[in-house]
Amino acid sequence: MEVGIVSYGAYLPRYRIAPQEIGRVWGTDGDAMSRNLLIFSKSVPSPDEDVITISIEAARNMMRRCDVSPQDIGAIYVGSESHPYAVKPTGTVVAEAIEASPNLTVADYEFACKAGTAAIQTCMGLVGSGMIRYGVAIGADTSQGAPGDALEYSASAGGAAYLIGAEKVIARINRTCSFTTDTPDFWRREGQCYPMHGGRFTGEPAYFKHVLTAAKNLMATMGTKPSDYNHAVFHQPNGKFPVRAAKQLGFSEKQIEVGLLTPFIGNTYSGAVPLGLASILDVAKPGDRIFAVAYGSGAGSDAFDITVTDEILNLKQGVVPTVKDLVEKKKFLDYATYAKYRGKIKMREAAE
Amino acid sequence: MRDVAIIGIGDTKFGELWDYSFRELGIQAGLAAVADANLTGEEIDALYVGNMSAGRFIEQEHIGALIADYSGMARDHIPATRVEAAGASGGLAFRQGYMAVASGMHDIVVVGGAEKMTDVGDVQSNEIQATAADQQWETIFGATFPSLHAMIARRHMFEYGTTREQLAAVAVKNHKHGSLNPKAQFQKEIKLDTVLKAGPVAEPLGMFDCAPVSDGAAAVVLCPLDKAKKYTDTPVKVLGSGQASDTLALAHRKSITQFDATTLAAKRALKHAGITTADIQLAEVHDNFTISEILAIEDLGFFPKGTGGKATQDGQTSLGARLTVNTSGGLKARGDPMGATGIAQIVELVTQLRGEAGKRQVADARIGLAQNVGGTGATAVVNILGRVN
Amino acid sequence: MAVARFWRENEPRYNLTGSKCGNCGRLYFPPRTVCPVCHRKSIGKMEPFKLKGTGEVMTFSVVHDAPSQFELQKPYVIAIIQMDEGIRVTGQVIDCDPAEVTIGMKVQAVIRKLGEEGPAGVIHYGYKFMPVVTPSAEAPAP
Repeated sequence: MEVGIVSYGAYLPRYRIAPQEIGRVWGTDGDAMSRNLLIFSKSVPSPDEDVITISIEAARNMMRRCDVSPQDIGAIYVGSESHPYAVKPTGTVVAEAIEASPNLTVADYEFACKAGTAAIQTCMGLVGSGMIRYGVAIGADTSQGAPGDALEYSASAGGAAYLIGAEKVIARINRTCSFTTDTPDFWRREGQCYPMHGGRFTGEPAYFKHVLTAAKNLMATMGTKPSDYNHAVFHQPNGKFPVRAAKQLGFSEKQIEVGLLTPFIGNTYSGAVPLGLASILDVAKPGDRIFAVAYGSGAGSDAFDITVTDEILNLKQGVVPTVKDLVEKKKFLDYATYAKYRGKIKMREAAE
Repeated sequence: MRDVAIIGIGDTKFGELWDYSFRELGIQAGLAAVADANLTGEEIDALYVGNMSAGRFIEQEHIGALIADYSGMARDHIPATRVEAAGASGGLAFRQGYMAVASGMHDIVVVGGAEKMTDVGDVQSNEIQATAADQQWETIFGATFPSLHAMIARRHMFEYGTTREQLAAVAVKNHKHGSLNPKAQFQKEIKLDTVLKAGPVAEPLGMFDCAPVSDGAAAVVLCPLDKAKKYTDTPVKVLGSGQASDTLALAHRKSITQFDATTLAAKRALKHAGITTADIQLAEVHDNFTISEILAIEDLGFFPKGTGGKATQDGQTSLGARLTVNTSGGLKARGDPMGATGIAQIVELVTQLRGEAGKRQVADARIGLAQNVGGTGATAVVNILGRVN
Repeated sequence: MAVARFWRENEPRYNLTGSKCGNCGRLYFPPRTVCPVCHRKSIGKMEPFKLKGTGEVMTFSVVHDAPSQFELQKPYVIAIIQMDEGIRVTGQVIDCDPAEVTIGMKVQAVIRKLGEEGPAGVIHYGYKFMPVVTPSAEAPAP
């Protein structure tokens, strides 16, 4: 059977903050940071948003595009590194909120920025083996960077949801392959607010090694070369890494253009490749071939070879915001409001 | 059903009464009423107490027993009942006491109302007041008690052209009346400009559009009319009483710019009393927010719907007008200790009908009406009193 | 800790599911076990009915004096929404400047955090309303 994407949905919070504004407060040259990271703004969640609300909005957008009954969903997996609870899954709230409960399996995933694509792979397996009819894979985050740290300029919020099935598939996932090692480039211990990272160690031995290897392995397996693809999306912790990875593999800037969102919305972590892929699907034509490689610190890469089918023309148009709509709907904040919204200001404990 | 009279009244000052506990306030008012009725205390057959939320303000329930005990009546084991309907607790307690005497069940009944709101902080006090609204479908979504009234105000402004100045006129008038009432929480007049420039609470309502947090208690003594002269030369007769309920949540009402419960309670009370609004010279209405008084004077039938703002602005409810509203200063200036308010309204009417209101006396006061509301109009009770001679 | 009190009403809060009286067809939100018009004739006949989520602002207020759980969001807008189905719901209007809210403004329901029972407590989710957005139709790349 042909397993693939049946529908998809995206969500971005509307607030933004510019690197210059962050730099202003921490005495760093915000312009230089902006240039170094190739990030012009990043998305900021409202105090009443979190990975649960973002996942639900993305999943609801996904359901609105198609005619699948939520009761036919057999599994929901939500990948994130900022689940609202350490224990109590995001996925169960999503299940209730899209009326998919109670006859399904749910679990939350964590693998830094590739938890969402890991969820896609799991759903592919469950659908492909005939265990379920439809599965939902969501990658969403409201990631945090330590105040003044380099990551504060890029860590942002957003998510996308994918309905995986074998009927009326709009984009067939021809193959997925992964490359995984124990590499401590970026981590966060239980109870800590902010992650730690290995500085320049996050480059060559981490991001590039895994992304490039997974990409090459996939193309070797499929017998393809970069020019066989209309679009490509790589994990994008900043605006520069994916451009460098693309170049090293032989992809052009044009091929990665549609899926490269980080310069405008920052790094949405588990949402990054899912949102980039959604941006591509918003404009893809039947027959288009898509190459997607996610990366999660810790470390691993999931690579996907996808072909868009004629069925994409049957997806409902104009019923939910496109990724472009969401990127363009924005309101800039000053650092103080950003810090207030992100819980970075020490508030008084409520007296009982 | 026999006729019932009020033979004694008593009240504490209203305000932030740091020195007095809840039970002390209740007893003060109760003993004053009993003394005013020339009773020793042994004659009392039953006690009714209006109280909204002692359980949350002072972590004490079982208020009927508490007041009976500390006022010395538990020793005589009289029946003591606590009545609750949010801000209308006092008015409902009065009606229950009235029904007990009218039915012949009891002869001498004391009805009191008390609330101690300042033993908790401001934030908690606001949360407790909001329990009068729908906790599951209003408060949890962020609808504070003032914001519900603010939404009524905004819609009233939209439908009838009521202005912020007209809302403010209610506060100015009531502070003027309050300045003539030695028991009022606020005894200073305020300017219209002060009200308009006050910090916003929930737009369009600002700080001076809202009644204060208050401590206080009030009490009255009821007696069958045909026995009243034994105790007092100035009995005041209960002419009529009406009560009505409506949906708890504001959003579920037929109209959100009209309290149907007020309209129906008034109709029932007026019918019971056999009078019309034209027979009434004074009214104590529930102005927990300025908009509430505008709604009250419309819904009670004193002014056509939508004209309450202009009527107030034009002085048609001020001392000296044909109908005076809130001579006590209302909830706004006299204060609003939740459970006590309804009884305080009765105390003011009796004072006026006896001709003992001094500088705030309404000339030739013959019939007075008290309107007490719970929540955003989910409960309303109207009691009408009349001079006997 | 009011865990059960709010869990019990997850369905109406997440999905705007109210009731339809099987006897007279009237709609209610939140759900009811008895129709106030039909009384006993409606017992056992109240069916779940999901609202579409769209409506218009009937009245609103910008709240400045807020309870502690809304500290981060004040001033915020609370409103009564006249839903397309003809019944009214109380909720916040978000995603726009409070100064932009008007009576008659078209809104649609979204899901947001309503609050939490302290940093260690359960988080409550439910509906809020945002101005209706008209999404652009997706188009294939040139």
